[in-house]
Amino acid sequence: MSTSNDNLDVLIAKEYSAGFVTDLEVDSLPPGLDENVIRAISARKGEPDWLLEWRLGAYRHWCDMRVPEWAHVHYPPIDYQAISYYSAPKSKDDGPKSLDEVDPKLLETYDKLGIPLKEQEWLAGVAVDAVFDSVSVATTFKDKLSSIGVIFCSFSEAVREHPDLVRQYLGSVVPTGDNFYAALNAAVFSDGSFVYIPKGVRCPMELSTYFRINASNTGQFERTLIVADEGSHVSYLEGCTAPMRDENQLHAAVVELVALQDAEIKYSTVQNWYPGDAEGRGGIYNFVTKRGACRGDNAKIAWTQVETGSAITWKYPSVILEGDNSIGEFYSVALTNNRQQADTGTKMIHVGRNTRSTIISKGISAGHAQNAYRGLVKILKSAEGARNYTQCDSLLMGDKCGAHTFPYIEVKNPTANIEHEATTSKISDDQLFYIMQRGLSAEDAVSMIVNGFCKQVIKELPMEFAVEAQKLLGISLEGAVG
Amino acid sequence: MNGTQRLYLDAYESTAGRQPAWLDALRSDAVERFRKAGFPTLRDEDWKYTNTSPIEKAGFAPAGAPGAGVRSRDLDEQAFRGLDALRATLVDGFFVSELAALDELPEGVRVCSLATALVEHAELLRAHLGPLPEGSHGYRALNAAFASDGVFVQVDDGVQLERPLHLMIAASGPGSGQTHQPRNLVLLGAGARATLIEHFVSLADEAYLLNLHTDVHMAEGSRLEHYRLQQHNLKAFHIDGLDVRLAADAVYTGHAVDLGGRLVRHELKASLDAPGAEAHLNGLYLTSGRQHVDHFTHVDHNAPGAVSREFYKGILDGRSRAVFHGRIVVHPDAQKTDSAQENKNLLLSRDAEVDTKPQLEIYADDVKCSHGATVGQIDMDSLFYLRSRGIDEKMARDLLTWAFANDVLARIGLRPIRDALERILGAALLHGHASTEVEPGQ
Repeated sequence: MSTSNDNLDVLIAKEYSAGFVTDLEVDSLPPGLDENVIRAISARKGEPDWLLEWRLGAYRHWCDMRVPEWAHVHYPPIDYQAISYYSAPKSKDDGPKSLDEVDPKLLETYDKLGIPLKEQEWLAGVAVDAVFDSVSVATTFKDKLSSIGVIFCSFSEAVREHPDLVRQYLGSVVPTGDNFYAALNAAVFSDGSFVYIPKGVRCPMELSTYFRINASNTGQFERTLIVADEGSHVSYLEGCTAPMRDENQLHAAVVELVALQDAEIKYSTVQNWYPGDAEGRGGIYNFVTKRGACRGDNAKIAWTQVETGSAITWKYPSVILEGDNSIGEFYSVALTNNRQQADTGTKMIHVGRNTRSTIISKGISAGHAQNAYRGLVKILKSAEGARNYTQCDSLLMGDKCGAHTFPYIEVKNPTANIEHEATTSKISDDQLFYIMQRGLSAEDAVSMIVNGFCKQVIKELPMEFAVEAQKLLGISLEGAVG
Repeated sequence: MNGTQRLYLDAYESTAGRQPAWLDALRSDAVERFRKAGFPTLRDEDWKYTNTSPIEKAGFAPAGAPGAGVRSRDLDEQAFRGLDALRATLVDGFFVSELAALDELPEGVRVCSLATALVEHAELLRAHLGPLPEGSHGYRALNAAFASDGVFVQVDDGVQLERPLHLMIAASGPGSGQTHQPRNLVLLGAGARATLIEHFVSLADEAYLLNLHTDVHMAEGSRLEHYRLQQHNLKAFHIDGLDVRLAADAVYTGHAVDLGGRLVRHELKASLDAPGAEAHLNGLYLTSGRQHVDHFTHVDHNAPGAVSREFYKGILDGRSRAVFHGRIVVHPDAQKTDSAQENKNLLLSRDAEVDTKPQLEIYADDVKCSHGATVGQIDMDSLFYLRSRGIDEKMARDLLTWAFANDVLARIGLRPIRDALERILGAALLHGHASTEVEPGQ
């Protein structure tokens, strides 16, 4: 199969097509981290005292914490004092009120990525809270949402406008001392999104945020908080690309979801950050803490992710199933190529009675990449009748890559029913031959097989994302014949 | 450093310098490792679910000699009915030749104490008792530091040991110190075949720690059937390491059955070093009360075309806890690896707990690997089926539990052992009904 292997090499060697840098004036803090930096961030954002204290508490905690080393990833130690912890695009004092006021260069950036804000605004019907670097610069469809009581705004704005809600839920799912990166995020987070869905409201549109890391040497510390009040429903989309850089960039985001009784949150991610070049230089370090809590009975939280980017992914979207009959779901496709490393999975903590969780994880590894699933299913004594089904499948392309599965299952209740299955395979020559003899190219054949392999997950994505995700998988793996 | 660590270090000082220079060097390296590493804690990822602090707290002094007064008759009671076997016996970690029955060893088979082998086969042992592997934990280091005795088994090329070797590993009771640290070495030549039954028993109702390490080296085309039946008393602590190295076409079949012990940790490392090697690992653990059984298995596929199978099942009652860690590593270039792993657990009580970690680490693409784990209670549909046939609920549950365990027993080839286990498990699980043939177990 040497011809197809040549194809593979050509395609694997494909440059990152979203790699470019927008030249913007940036208002940054000098590199380094101490209490003064945190005070400066907080002052610049005009935050109340309680939030400053919260940040400082997290910082003090962080100082005593050690970098986690258990993940199956390798990278040189990060110098946290060499990072600048605040960078905001310069804007008018009042901030932009409509797209016309947004820096045209910024809009250009989105245009290059093929996600023109304007088009999206009235064509796709998606409300976009676009994040450029660390500060929210454009929020759309606000009026329509606010008329039904939905709050969808930047985190800074939420702190100003809805301090009680923020104070009530901030850190309630991911406490400040939860882990090294979550503590760092809590200390220095710059901005992010805040969503509140009032009782009984079904959010009429998909809420979406596009992230983009830009200025060199600035880690991006997003914080997202989504609260779905009783009986409400929301679907949230998160997607991102980042410009090409030689230096590794740190991204330590925190996402907290709270679903009260009968509420449902669906959180979908397509992650396509710069993965580094073929030799593993550059690329984003993506160390993210995502967790949701089903606080009331019959609540439901579903995570769906398609991870194709980043040099290193360290991410475990989790659900704490506190309410009786609550449901947690995790659907994931993680694709690694070249020197990428991914250690990703989920935690399902069953507390309430008759709680159910489903985990479907598909890992695809090519080139010299390492791809690990790491998951925890924990059934506490109180979780009478809990049910979990886990399926982890790995697909290997090439003999230099790795695919790993590290599930942890802890059961303290005999009525629980837990199933875990994992398989590892490669694309067989027979499969390829069958498709190719129907007249398809090797690339299309592989793309077809990979898409089939991931179908269970892709079908969970909202329409707009499903298309993008399939395209992403196709681009990354066409012709990857094992 | 805590008191127990000091206890061992002091005891080591008194035994240092009695062995050949090369062995003493290994032992002093090992004690140094122990001094540095100390005992594992819950913070060590590999010991996340097994807390050995009760062992530390107990502060068992190392045994210096086998307990006296163990008679052959005591051991006969533990023998398997209908099994014609050779016998070797370790008492408190020391080989006792008076309790061995090795008169009819065929040509090309040697079974003796490790101490004897150190004298008679010095070069051979030097080649096989290497330094501690990187990252060895405190107990392993401790065993290497103290090990001076154990069982040595060697089967020459092409020799078949027809009669199984029944190795009794017995604890005699108080008096001789309560940490037993034997080290066993099993060498199978090319094409050799053997059946080894390791049988752990307590002759008194005293607490003790058995800290055992066994190395098995299997040359091309050799076969070993290895039974490990653990029947310690319910106060005993058991920590053991078993390293199996397999050359081309060697086949290792292991059956580990745990019935006793308060805290038991088995570490099994199988290295499939050449094509055609096969490791079949079966396990069954039956726990109740406050028992804790931990199976830590690690299979390395170092070469292409090797096969590994793991099949572990557990039945937990009372406040007991079981841990299963199964890691399969397929190293680069180990193409055509065929590996499957299964861990199934049945919880009979509200207070029992299972923690299972079936893990795959795969660095080659043309492989077939799978693992599965389940934890649950008796299937309601099966129960309903039996009930609909007029079987009362109690009996239906017992039958289904028995069937769950029997899955593992059915894989045991050696009939007398299977019979003995069926009797014991029948008594424990069937509570006297369903079969009139069931006799009370121990």
